[in-house]
Amino acid sequence: MTRLTVNGESMELDADPLMPLLWALRDVLTLPGTKYGCGIGLCGACTVHVDGKAERACLVRLSEVEGKSVTTIEGLDPNGDHRVQQAWRDLNVPQCGFCQSGQIMQAAALLAENPKPSDDEILASMAGNVCRCGCYQRIVEAVRLASTGS
Amino acid sequence: MLKYLETVDAPALSVIKPSRRGFLAGSAAFMLGVYATRGEAFPKWPTGGEQMPHGLRDDPLIFVSIDSDGTVTLVAHRSEMGTGSRTSLPMIMADEMEADWDRVKIVQAEGDEPKYGNQDTDGSRSLRHHIQAARKIGGSVRHMMQAAAAQEWGVDAGEVTVTNHAARHGDKMMDFGDLAEAAMALPVPTHEEIAYKSEDEFRYVGKGEVQIYDLHDITTGKAVYGADVSLPGMKYAVAVRPPVVGGKVVSFDASEALAMPGVVGVYELPHSIPPAKFAPLGGVAVVADTTWAALQARDQIKIEWDDGPHGDYSSGPFMEEMKATALDKGKVLRKQGDPDAAFANAARTFGQTYTQDHMAHIPMEPPVALANYTADGLEIWAPVQSPYAARTDTAAALGLDPEQVRVNVTLLGGGFGRKSKADYVTEAALLSREVGAPVRMQWTRDDDVRHCFYHTTSAERIEVALDDAGKVTGWRHNSVAPSILSTFAPDGGHQFMIENGMGHVDMPFAIPNVSVENGQAFAHTRIGWFRAVSNVPRAWAIGSFVGDLAAELGKDQREMWLELIGAPRQVDPAAEGYPEDFWNYGEVYDEFPIDTGRLAHVLNVAADAIGYGKALPEGEGIGLAVHRSFVSYVACAAHVKVVDGKITVPEMHMAIDCGFAANPERIRSQIEGATVMGMTVALHSSITFENGAPQQHNYNDYDVVRSDNFPGKVITHIVPHGFDTHATGVGEPGVPPVAPAIANGLFVATGQRKRALPFGETV
Ligand code: FES
Ligand code: FES
Repeated sequence: MTRLTVNGESMELDADPLMPLLWALRDVLTLPGTKYGCGIGLCGACTVHVDGKAERACLVRLSEVEGKSVTTIEGLDPNGDHRVQQAWRDLNVPQCGFCQSGQIMQAAALLAENPKPSDDEILASMAGNVCRCGCYQRIVEAVRLASTGS
Repeated sequence: MLKYLETVDAPALSVIKPSRRGFLAGSAAFMLGVYATRGEAFPKWPTGGEQMPHGLRDDPLIFVSIDSDGTVTLVAHRSEMGTGSRTSLPMIMADEMEADWDRVKIVQAEGDEPKYGNQDTDGSRSLRHHIQAARKIGGSVRHMMQAAAAQEWGVDAGEVTVTNHAARHGDKMMDFGDLAEAAMALPVPTHEEIAYKSEDEFRYVGKGEVQIYDLHDITTGKAVYGADVSLPGMKYAVAVRPPVVGGKVVSFDASEALAMPGVVGVYELPHSIPPAKFAPLGGVAVVADTTWAALQARDQIKIEWDDGPHGDYSSGPFMEEMKATALDKGKVLRKQGDPDAAFANAARTFGQTYTQDHMAHIPMEPPVALANYTADGLEIWAPVQSPYAARTDTAAALGLDPEQVRVNVTLLGGGFGRKSKADYVTEAALLSREVGAPVRMQWTRDDDVRHCFYHTTSAERIEVALDDAGKVTGWRHNSVAPSILSTFAPDGGHQFMIENGMGHVDMPFAIPNVSVENGQAFAHTRIGWFRAVSNVPRAWAIGSFVGDLAAELGKDQREMWLELIGAPRQVDPAAEGYPEDFWNYGEVYDEFPIDTGRLAHVLNVAADAIGYGKALPEGEGIGLAVHRSFVSYVACAAHVKVVDGKITVPEMHMAIDCGFAANPERIRSQIEGATVMGMTVALHSSITFENGAPQQHNYNDYDVVRSDNFPGKVITHIVPHGFDTHATGVGEPGVPPVAPAIANGLFVATGQRKRALPFGETV
């Protein structure tokens, strides 16, 4: 039994404590916004917040989030209007969209920690998030927009 | 101002248009009874869409339904994998209909080509083939609304206007919702009866202001992809597949796997013997209560394999063989003038060979499918580019009638050609039948990298004959690559007309003596199509060769390109020795001719925009390349800068001529994406084989361009055209010119010439 909070809701999960958080979210809690892209921490599609920090859910075991607070894309903002989400929409960032949950969660964690990142800090922070469709230019612009309002 | 929004329109160029007088004449003469006209007709121009399996449908009763509250529901019948067609085609219908976009809903069609027409979403065809049908669908509904209102009010239809979701007459107004029942019961007008909007009346088309329909869902995690559909009692499957194509299971021991918690069962999948089209490879699948349980159990299965006939495939020696083959004369596909004499009489000759390794598409969403087999039939939910092929292939594999199979199409987390081949759907269906429960078959990234339908590997040899003045008098290009055909039919070792038509026989330079050849190479893995297909190695070879030749002759790159392209001309394929089976992307040639004026124009647009010729510091250079593919013209101007030994591209200008641009915003996003994929092709994408098996697994050894080194500032220039210039491909044609432009820029920057793809991130 793992006790944790997911998107503000405390719960006890009866699942293999070694199960990666990614599969617990997707298969046990039916929260499919968090995506599987590689399973080895190299694509960022599964990015969630654990106690406010960006983590790759495919690398975090359920036992490691005992007592912690997990936020997924579904819980980032009650209305889906986090400034990062808004910036993503303002700039028409997505193509297929599959990487975007992870991109948005990564960007939101970056801005929570560093509200005015430099361009280099944005590029470095987002480099773990692959976008096979190649939306990087707009992703970087959108992080900047969410950070500075322009 | 945000940089990618800076520049939109490129300078216009007049296009050599086919004569359409025959179509234009009398288009108003067909006007009938209830339908009064407004605006202007457009002639119906032929495209290859009619020739595709199941052709085109333009019947509004198939695509449109309208609720009494006025909600207009439009069917998207093409798969959405990131190009935006799921938004763009309905947007065109809505505009022509005068529907208010805020009151439009989009539903995705299931795989049913007899009903919806062709749904095979690849070949950069969605807008190109379906744009006229979309206008017809919308225009029909507008007329039906007009006629219904006229009947209601007892006035002439000609006095009723239809704008912004309502019919109007004097101070009377009726919303689409109130008219829907009467309107949709009226006869559907013919194309000739419809008065289409003129271009200046478009509200959404050509504006680029409509956002993709799924934008909010994507940014909130609600968008539904293949792995996001769940059914009660659903089980989760993963599989181990033969490491070598054509291999099979000799024996396996699943005792440990079966003893693990949550495991439902372990099943051998039927193996396929090449050429197996899209049939599953076979192997052993494990089905469990969660993905995690299935993955863990999979690791415990012990399998003995028979590798089959391809167990000794090694891509390194194979490449050397292909390079040797390319030096010889191949099967001649196109002969123009007297190439042998041109080479025999040449003052000198110059030749180089360009190569490319295999590639895997790795769409961000790995293959996945949910199948539910019951006594009533089989229902599928899957991200598939060709839902009807998925339906018929899976029906055949299970011995079902296609009528017993329904394929629901989710959003695709990328496709790039991989998801045209629905082996993963068939696997899910076989397992659901076996288990007696809904089964989600999930491919891991390793599975995806190691069991792809790979982009071919190739050696392209180009030689030219030169006269005393350094003018090119002869051209010989021998392309050697395993063919996609080997996936479908016994392998004859030669490429086929579709591959030959992708930048090979259609080489557009004005050279009097040409020999286009194809040397033999046999496939040893599954070969499939990858975004832009054979255009990638051909544009790489030809584009790099132009840079090589310029350097050899001491000429400027841009001048070299323009000299080879020559004066603007519409290529006459017969006069230039093209083969009779010349494949022009499935289009009627006269409607979509090769226009070298358009080719040169996009090159000039990109070169001018980047400031080609400006002085740059040491270690920097601008590279140019241009290529026609999918009947569009795209040029790339790449500013390459080597920083601490790393290849970077701080600025890139892309010029595209894709005819009428219905959704410029999505065209820009496709082209931006193509620059990233093109740079990945240039620097990273290599699948190698040893003992028949691919050696790469995941992003650790098959990486892609990331946000720390992507084309830094991409500006897309769209050559403007009216609706009378066919909309042409967008999804694919951005990719081919990128790698050669980067290589040409790198050469200017460093003097190093790369002739093998990929060439790595460092110099
Ligand atoms: S799935 Fe977790 S980083 Fe790729
Ligand atoms: S939008 Fe498709 S992978 Fe990023």
